[in-house]
This record gives sequence, structure tokens and C-alpha cells, in this order.
Amino acid sequence: MQKKLQVEAIEHGSVIDHIPAQQGVKILKFFKFTQTNEKITIGLNLATHNGQGKDLIKIENTFFNDQQANQLALFAPNATINQIKDFKVVNKFQVQLPSSFIGVLACPNSNCISHNEPVQTRFYVKQKNTLKLKCHYCEKSFERSTFDELD
Amino acid sequence: MNNPLYQKNIISIADLSRSDLELILQTAHSLKQTPQPELLKNKVVASCFFEASTRTRLSFETAVQRLGGSVIGFDSGGNTSLAQKGETLADSVKIIASYADAFFMRHPQEGAARLASEFTEIPVINGGDGSNQHPTQTLLDLFTIYETQATLDNLNIAFVGDLKYGRTVHSLAQALSLFNCNFYFISPEALAMPDYIIEELNERNINFSLHSSIEEVVDDLDILYMTRVQKERFDETEYQHMKSAFLLNASMLGNVRDNLKVLHPLPRVDEINIDVDATPYAYYFQQAQNGVYARQALLALLLSNHFQANA
Repeated sequence: MQKKLQVEAIEHGSVIDHIPAQQGVKILKFFKFTQTNEKITIGLNLATHNGQGKDLIKIENTFFNDQQANQLALFAPNATINQIKDFKVVNKFQVQLPSSFIGVLACPNSNCISHNEPVQTRFYVKQKNTLKLKCHYCEKSFERSTFDELD
Repeated sequence: MNNPLYQKNIISIADLSRSDLELILQTAHSLKQTPQPELLKNKVVASCFFEASTRTRLSFETAVQRLGGSVIGFDSGGNTSLAQKGETLADSVKIIASYADAFFMRHPQEGAARLASEFTEIPVINGGDGSNQHPTQTLLDLFTIYETQATLDNLNIAFVGDLKYGRTVHSLAQALSLFNCNFYFISPEALAMPDYIIEELNERNINFSLHSSIEEVVDDLDILYMTRVQKERFDETEYQHMKSAFLLNASMLGNVRDNLKVLHPLPRVDEINIDVDATPYAYYFQQAQNGVYARQALLALLLSNHFQANA
């Protein structure tokens, strides 16, 4: 018996799977998918074996480069990206946590010099299990949950 | 042989290796023994205090002048047109650095010195960036410990007072963890060493213990590093209670090691009673004076490729 798909298949593009529930909308906003004209199908709070739920994003005619795929790790460290061509998965890979994030997050320290100056923010991964990042400028470390993404 | 610190930036104590630190301390020792009044002849050093700090500025500017260099700069950001006109720090640094051979700066925001170093080719020395780092204070502390103990290895060092907010003790503990010292942290519970420092010490397998009074450990110490507990952090009754545990007086030094030295980054208020000043253990005023030699050592190494310290 064929398994019933929870979200409609796409012909050509990317499927991001294994996104923790509540993170899907943040990913759409972060990658500015809310401003594209490509067809996007999203599933929120889909059923999973562990019962915690997941989000899923399918986007037509869009592929992720390595840097973008790694940035996904900020929201979904265990996500997989499927590249689809002619309704078939031609490539599947898991996102990798990079050693640093440049220009994507604002420093939670309001007295950090990076807020007022013409520089890109830069954070180094200090701890992976509960993601902790250290600011290149103010040298303070923060858990992922305390960060806001830059516009 | 080229010196490894030539034209380098001094931003954070964590950027310096054990051998870098040893080179700086040997150089400070050499310059204290043998002054080099012409080493920085024809060099101009910018001394830019975007936030006032009288002792650090005077110590640094003395260091430049004792080596024969000259100083340009300002003693408080509020007095400059930079702040009033809203120029970015990046632009200010580009311009000022184009006039000078090295750039010494204090700034109220964390990360300012790191940022400045990315907008100029000349060496930047961090004289304090907000609550983050103050590496030249750490270097003068290390130099003073080295000078009084003839080593930095395997010493018993107690830190007393406000260990939570004091960046001085954080940086010094980080630097000394390269030398396998034993640490004793003596503070009110509310002002204990922050978790991130404790985690770093654990990662490096450093021995440390927590205590609630100086007298518990004072007889075993080589260095007693005092800091000020700010009265305003406590109510009057609490403060009076704490005084006896975290304030030092001469009667507590009856059975200490002969080589014990009491240090303090200054200014002190009442955490070291003035009766300690006359004991052979008091070394905080010499420590402040050593700031000039530690800063001279940095300037010599950053600006003079072939400068050789006399061993």
C-alpha cells in the first residue's frame, strides 16, 4: 500500500524535512521565501514517530547552496534537504552546523559594538548539543534561543 | 630572529599563547632593569580614550614617553568632535591611525578594540572595552606575580571580593590557567565567579576551590589578589556582615608564607586596611608602577622587530 503523502509532491525544487515544529515559519521568513513568486507548500505540526511534530517546506525551482544549507542549522539542526527533479529525489543531504555564522544574527548584548558599526556580525559555535554561540566582537557567549535574526 | 608579536594587535588575553606571555614578561623585566629611552624615537602613538580612565592613560602615556616616543590623542570621548558629529568608530580609527604608528584605545562598548583592529594596519592595543577585556591590566598583574615569585607555574593564588563583575579577575584567571596554578575563589555567594570561567577552568583541568573567608586559606597562599566589593550592591547590614570575611587587615597575616604578596588593581576603598601597607606582603603600589613596564614591553615588541630583551 502506498503511503499517503502529508504534503503534495513537487516537480522541481527542494524539500526541507525534519524541521522542528514552530521553526518552519521562521525559516520562510529568514530565507525571504515570503517574498518569492515560486510555488511553496508548507506543512506545520505534521505527525512524527516521536509525537513531537515537525514542519516541512517544499519550494519549486529553488536549490540551496552549502552556505544556505548550513544556515538552516540555526533553526533545524537535524533537517534534511531533498533536491527534486522530475518528481524524483536526485540528491538528499543533512544540514551541517558550520563553525561560524556571518551576517545572519544580531548580538544579544546590547552594548556590543557590532550594533552601531559598518561590520557584519560573526559568531563562533562554542557548544553544539544546546547550541551556544560566541560573538567575535564582544566575546560573550549566548544560547541560540536568545538571538534575533537580522533583517 | 623576528619577534612574534611585531605589528600584532593586543585585543584579548585569550589571543596570547604561553610563549607570547613569557616574552612580554621577560621584556618588561628587561626594560625595568635597563631603560631604553630611545627605542621609540620618531614613533607617534595614538592614545584614544573614548571613555575616561586616568590611571590607565597616564601609565600608558608614561610608557610611550619613557621609550622616547610621542603621544597624540584625547582623554575622554565626550571632549571630541567624533562623538558630537556621530562618526562611526570605524571611520575615526581609519583617520587617527593614519597619523600614528600604534593605536591604544579605551572604549565603553564591548568589542570596540577588535573592530578597530579590522579598520587599520597599525597595531591596536586594547586599554579596556566595556565589560569585556583589559589585557594590559592582566599583563601587569602577570608581570608582578612573575617578578615577586620568579615563576608563574604551580602557584597558590586567591582571588577575593567581587569575582562576578570584575573583568580583571576573569582575564587573570584565564591567563594563569596556562601555568597550572591552584585557585581559591573567596567571595560572597552573590558575587561568585561566573559559570563560563568555571567551565573554562574545568576544561583545562585546573584545580580550584570556593571559600567564604580569607582566613580559611591565607596561610597557604603565594598571591592574595584583592578586589573591591561595591558597597552599593548590598544593604548596610549585609555589607557590615561581609566586611569581616572579605576585608584584609594586618592581623590576618601572622602565619603566612614569607613569599606572599598582596595585590589589588586599585583603587582600593576599605578592602585592604592601611595597616597592611607597612607589612612586607603589600605590593599593590609596586603593581601599579609595573603597569608602565608591562605597557613599555608591549610597545617595544609591537613596534620594534629586532628588539631583544636582556634575559
